[in-house]
Amino acid sequence: MSAALAQVRRVAPLVSRIVAAIVGGYALAALTSVAALALPIAAPQGVITGMLASFVVYTCVVIGVFLARSARRAWGGLLIAAVPLLLASWSVWTSAGGAK
Amino acid sequence: MANPNDATPQVRDNGRAPKSAKSTKSTGTQSKGVRQSMSDLHTWAGLLVGWLLYAMFLTGTVSYFKEEISQWMRPELAHQQQVPDPAAVSQRVATTLATLADGTTQWSVQLPTARSNLASAFWRTPPGSAQKGMFQEGVFDPATGHAVTARDTLGGEFFYRFHFQFYYMPVMWGRWLAGLCAMFMLVAIVSGVITHKKIFVDFFTFRWGKGQRSWLDAHNALSVFGLPFHLMITYTGLVTLMTMYMPWAGEVALKSAAQRQEVAAQLNAFIRPGKRQGVAAPLANVDRMVREAQARWGENNVLRVTVTNPGDASARVAVSRGEALRVSVSPQYLLFDGVSGKLLETHDHVGGAAETRGVLYALHMGRFGDLPARWLYFIVSLAGTAMVGTGLVMWTVKRRQKLPDPMRPYFGFRLVERLNIASIAGLSIAMTGYLWSNRLLPVALPHRADTEINAFFAIWAATLLYALVRPAKRAWIELLWLAAALLALLPVLNALTTQRPFWRSVAQGDFVFAGFDLMMWALAALHAALAWRTATHRPREKAAGKRATATLPQEEEA
Repeated sequence: MSAALAQVRRVAPLVSRIVAAIVGGYALAALTSVAALALPIAAPQGVITGMLASFVVYTCVVIGVFLARSARRAWGGLLIAAVPLLLASWSVWTSAGGAK
Repeated sequence: MANPNDATPQVRDNGRAPKSAKSTKSTGTQSKGVRQSMSDLHTWAGLLVGWLLYAMFLTGTVSYFKEEISQWMRPELAHQQQVPDPAAVSQRVATTLATLADGTTQWSVQLPTARSNLASAFWRTPPGSAQKGMFQEGVFDPATGHAVTARDTLGGEFFYRFHFQFYYMPVMWGRWLAGLCAMFMLVAIVSGVITHKKIFVDFFTFRWGKGQRSWLDAHNALSVFGLPFHLMITYTGLVTLMTMYMPWAGEVALKSAAQRQEVAAQLNAFIRPGKRQGVAAPLANVDRMVREAQARWGENNVLRVTVTNPGDASARVAVSRGEALRVSVSPQYLLFDGVSGKLLETHDHVGGAAETRGVLYALHMGRFGDLPARWLYFIVSLAGTAMVGTGLVMWTVKRRQKLPDPMRPYFGFRLVERLNIASIAGLSIAMTGYLWSNRLLPVALPHRADTEINAFFAIWAATLLYALVRPAKRAWIELLWLAAALLALLPVLNALTTQRPFWRSVAQGDFVFAGFDLMMWALAALHAALAWRTATHRPREKAAGKRATATLPQEEEA
């Protein structure tokens, strides 16, 4: 039982990083694509710009997650990076909702 | 710790663990060096999807010649001396489709080019039929406009479609899987570059016959030589399907159908059928519209003709520009009223972001270039394939030296080893087997095109079975020789089963067929060389093993 627990302890940070990289990376990439709508360009161009940038962000997040000194720091970094993107996305979301 | 196989306790038994264990494993996750963690990331991102990536890379590489492969796979169609007049062809196909696709809300035909000797069309199944909302497709003889009488085959199109959506699974699943693989590839490339300290120096370094060191040098040279290409092709591959992978901004910003249509018009010339008026009206002659486009873009620079609601008063015709003479696939098209034939709209530019995307897309397809550019694409892309292949093989080469008992490796090692054999040597056999089945299957066989593809997968599966039951090294050698033999004999089979043997192709100046035969012999020579080298390779035993281990810590990071 304790051996199993030790095994979990040992593997957990790695699993956590993999989830941060794949799921967190996609979430941040998707947020970037929405945040790009806040750019002062026409909406169709903003949509396309966001999509183009998202894969670059995704790659950087995965690399960053595995460069971080610990899994906890990796998640922390993701949350910090998400803040400005969330703010930008929120402004887009509310203005899009308001326009309708 | 990201590498469970390295952490097996047996490593310690052979007395050389302390040194390598210290530098590769240190004290867990906390203080692993930057290059070590990037090296682990590179290894595992590359390995987990490596076999699929290899297949995507190789089938994608040959797709740069998919039109030529398609020509070879329809030997009944004569060598095209000159490109038929696009306007005349479009009118002929339009006449055929008027009856063949009667009642459809949309059809679209891609016109023949200098590289393609037929017109290929797709159309929506008419409303009210069983498969509503689906598409059907067909290929047509430019000279008559009738469906081609050649054998039924998907031709080079199969390799092309397989390389981004696989087969035997819903198209959308395949594309998501391909996207996942591409993301892994992008991560593997970037982490590989970070891992690699002396990227420039190592490019000029090659040590033959030094086991793992040579594999590493080969992997490095292949990767660095084509690095800009590999990065570009992976990223632009994601870009080609980005509206599917990243739809979120569109969901937020584009509320109405009109807005969505506005973005779609920035990405492709695919016009959607509008509302039918319910008033019957014959479709105007499309050849006149194509001539108008020719006057604008050049004689042979019209890509396709798309018609919506033919036979109805609401009919529209879009004639889109070819891909030559511009490094972008951004939609440029003329929109006509399908009844009066009057030009309604001219789309000749898109926004900045859309144009950027158009250029990235075009870079992936490489259709803007002429023949030398196409060959350059093919060669660098082949280097990319070899990069993935050498990476996969290196995983086993690196670990074989550390095996506690080389006669009985652990399960993971055996799995990777066997999958490598089937996915590298086996794929060459399966792809060549697909071409063999094209010549051997009866011409009138029902579902012939599907049978060719089933043969491809059956042969591939057989190579995996073979790799599982034979000793690994024997399996490599035998399958590589088999691939070489199948490739070398394909021109012979072609000479026996068609009216177009090599000598006649040369005499008639048919460089598609002659070039195809020459290419098969070149590839046969490549496979024979690989088989021969594998067979004559003698891994140096103890002494070499010790030396390799002593220098391993530094090498692993290289």
